[in-house]
Amino acid sequence: MRYLPQTHEDIEKMLQVVGVDSLEDLFSSIPADCRRKEALNLPEALTEWELNRHMEDAAGTMGSAPGYKVFLGAGSYNHHIPEIVRQLLNRSEVYTAYTPYQPEISQGTLQAIYEYQTLVSRLLGMEVTNASMYDGASALAEALLMAVRVSRRRKVAVSRAVHPLYRRVVQTYFAPTGYEVTEIPFQPDGRTDLARLDNLDELAAVAVQSPNFFGCIEDLEAVGARVHSDDKTLFVTAFSEPIAYGILKRPGDCGADIACGEGQSFGIPQSFGGPGLGMFTSLKKYVRNMPGRLIGKTVDREGRTGFVLTLATREQHIRRERATSNICSNQGLCATAAVMYMAALGGTGIRELAQLNHDKAAYLKSALQAAGLAAPFQAPVFNEFVVKFPPGFKDTHAQLLEKKIVAGLPLAPYYPELEDHYLFCATETATREDMDALIKEVIR
Amino acid sequence: MKEISELIFPDDLRYSDDHEWVSKADEVVRVGISDYAQDQLGDIVFVELPDVGETFEKGQEFGTVESVKAVSELYMPVGGEITAINAALEDGPELVNNAPYSGGWMVEVRMQDPAEYDALKDRQAYLEMLKG
Repeated sequence: MRYLPQTHEDIEKMLQVVGVDSLEDLFSSIPADCRRKEALNLPEALTEWELNRHMEDAAGTMGSAPGYKVFLGAGSYNHHIPEIVRQLLNRSEVYTAYTPYQPEISQGTLQAIYEYQTLVSRLLGMEVTNASMYDGASALAEALLMAVRVSRRRKVAVSRAVHPLYRRVVQTYFAPTGYEVTEIPFQPDGRTDLARLDNLDELAAVAVQSPNFFGCIEDLEAVGARVHSDDKTLFVTAFSEPIAYGILKRPGDCGADIACGEGQSFGIPQSFGGPGLGMFTSLKKYVRNMPGRLIGKTVDREGRTGFVLTLATREQHIRRERATSNICSNQGLCATAAVMYMAALGGTGIRELAQLNHDKAAYLKSALQAAGLAAPFQAPVFNEFVVKFPPGFKDTHAQLLEKKIVAGLPLAPYYPELEDHYLFCATETATREDMDALIKEVIR
Repeated sequence: MKEISELIFPDDLRYSDDHEWVSKADEVVRVGISDYAQDQLGDIVFVELPDVGETFEKGQEFGTVESVKAVSELYMPVGGEITAINAALEDGPELVNNAPYSGGWMVEVRMQDPAEYDALKDRQAYLEMLKG
């Protein structure tokens, strides 16, 4: 669908139809003190040449792949995006962030979202997927609020190995609600310490992330079994790297009640941190407590297949303050990119890609260990892992940045006890030469 | 939607301002929504009920009823403990439309205070409220 602004002539015509003389008259019912009188504080308009120059200068100040060798994941991943995704996404039928939901004019958009829901359900082994949320962090916060609605309990427990920024967003969502968030510590091997999980009978949900923030693969089946020893507690699994589910056992097969996380890895550029894609899946028995929108498949009165927004009666525009959630939108464009990406790779492609990510990271990890560095967490990893450096690596890290190498993420700002620990990532985009160059630099 | 004169309001029931009906057997009463309420909602597709054993005050929300166009809350016409729920509504929510006073009942409640029952409207008073 095209989204074009009106011309002055359009506006004149519309004003005539409505029967007012000017835009001022049209807005006269809005109290004067609610309206801005002075102009917006914006710089002068630029010419196209000046604007290009300005944007190039701004882009030049950023350290991004492929100009930089980035061994950094931590929630945003550098993956190869097949050209077909870029080409299809640029078509005018889909290239709008505005999602028109009227079924009469939007069958293509609605079908794309329906297919997205289907493929994400299959990837994660879950029964229902919504039309998407804003990002992984808000998806987790909404998952925990949903667990509160379902269980009618007021407390949730989140593993400390969940992405620290996701946990911060959860705190933000929960602060005004009066519900309590507790944290579960992690073990020396980098995985969530189930032995420290108590008072299950008070908990609405237990949330773990896999692969977790340290890249470690959690034993989801064991966590699920423990959580379900109480029949009311919901098992919430999160992720920041869905490619992992090309080879890992699916959350749905491990007893997850809600599986949610970030879908940026599926065909969405890193774009300096956003926009992301919140993937949100659950079980059919909980569908009426799910936040967000859902596209359903149905037939019209002549029996033809069609797609339509469903369960909208629970949303804010109809149910107001009693809505299941305050999200009344989704990431239409990013969800469309993700479904194109998944369809382009296919099941076999995603499995091979996942294996490649795992193998690249395993190579880098073992090479750094062979060079004498410690990898303190023993749990198996996917495409990220933690390395402990001798004190003083901070300076090397800064020097490498000058050489356009991003040597991992320092963990101390997020985990004060992990001084000198760095989180590394190697996806399919990391070449052997790049990795060997990194190793040479960090052990100097 | 029907005219009020076309709707049915049995004589032996009491009605709340929120359009629930209450039938009295003993200290345990049966609760549902009135013919007027089901007619206003339209085709009902889902009824969410509490668990047996839960206790609610008069006026508290005990569930929701979802039609193709809206979701509405269900409010306790009398306070008490839920002793039974109509499990047939899980797969047959249309019972509320087709038989609001029989097959479409929702919960049974052990009343805390019989005076709350006595304070409910009888057929005549409820009809007057509907006619405004």
